[in-house]
Amino acid sequence: MVERQSPLEPAPLEPELRTGSHGDFEHGVDVILSETRPGSILQLAAWPGQEKELISGIRTVTGLALPDGAGAGSTDGVKSVFGFAPGKFTVVDEAEGLASAFANVVTPDIGTVTDLSHGRTAIRIAGPKAEWVLAKFFAIDFALPAFPVGAGRSTMHHDVFAQIQRTGADQFDIYVFRSFARSFWKALCHASEEVGYEVQ
Amino acid sequence: MLITCPYCGPRDVIEFTYQGDGNRERPQSASQDLDAWNAYVYDRLNPAGDHNEIWQHSGGCRAHLRVVRNTLTHEISSVAFARGDHKSVARHKTEGKS
Repeated sequence: MVERQSPLEPAPLEPELRTGSHGDFEHGVDVILSETRPGSILQLAAWPGQEKELISGIRTVTGLALPDGAGAGSTDGVKSVFGFAPGKFTVVDEAEGLASAFANVVTPDIGTVTDLSHGRTAIRIAGPKAEWVLAKFFAIDFALPAFPVGAGRSTMHHDVFAQIQRTGADQFDIYVFRSFARSFWKALCHASEEVGYEVQ
Repeated sequence: MLITCPYCGPRDVIEFTYQGDGNRERPQSASQDLDAWNAYVYDRLNPAGDHNEIWQHSGGCRAHLRVVRNTLTHEISSVAFARGDHKSVARHKTEGKS
C-alpha cells in the first residue's frame, strides 16, 4: 500500500501535532488528544433489504457483533464498527488490508465496500473532560446513557462533517475528512486549552 | 428549530438541507404532458399551516426525509424516511386543508 502521511505533520511545514502538555495543565491534564492512524477505514453499505447479510458479513470478518439500533456499534480496541446511516457502517482496523478481507464476503448482491483509509483522519479525545470539550463542537448529547460505548454518530462542526464513535466511557474517536483534519485539530486544541490537554 | 431524524434523533436544523415541496409528483421523464410538467414546476399549495416537505439530513446520515412542518409555527409534526411509500398521511392532511 502507498505510504500514508499524516495531514497533522506534513513536512516541511511546522508540525501541528506537538506532543506534550499544553494549555492550562497546571491544575491537571483533563483531555488527551492523539491521532490513532488506523490502517483501514472502510465504509460499507447494504442494498435495501440486505442489511442483515451485511451485518453478518461484518461479524465474519471482524468478529464484532453489531447491536440492534440506529448508530449502534462495538469495538474491541483493535477493530471498530458502527452504523452512521440507515444500512451504512464504518469499519476500522488498526491493520491495513481490511478492504480485501471484505471483498469475498460483501458480494455485489449484498452491498458495497468503499476504502476511505486515505480519505479520513482519525482523532482520539480521551479524559474526564472529553465530553465537555466535544459538547462545545457538536450539538448532540454526549452523556453516556444517550451515547453508549461503541455507538456512532454522524454530525458536523460548521461544515466539517464528522463521524464520532464512543470507544470508552470517557473516550471518543472522531473521523474527519483528511483535508479538514488540520484545521479541525487546531480547533480541538484551542477548545481543550482551558481544561489542560496533552498531545500523545 | 429541531428536526427529529428517524435515524439520528433530534438535531439542529443547521444539519438539514431543504429539498423542496413534498407534494410535487414528477411526471415520467418521457412524459409530454405539458400540464403535468407545468404543475410539477410551478404549482404549489403554499398553505398557512401544515406543509409536506422533503429535507435531507445532509450534515448527518444523509437520508432524505418527509417532514411535515407548520409554516406558521415551525412545529414539526411528522418525520419519516422519504424512501418507499410516497403518499404519506401528511400529504392528504395538507391537501384536505387547502
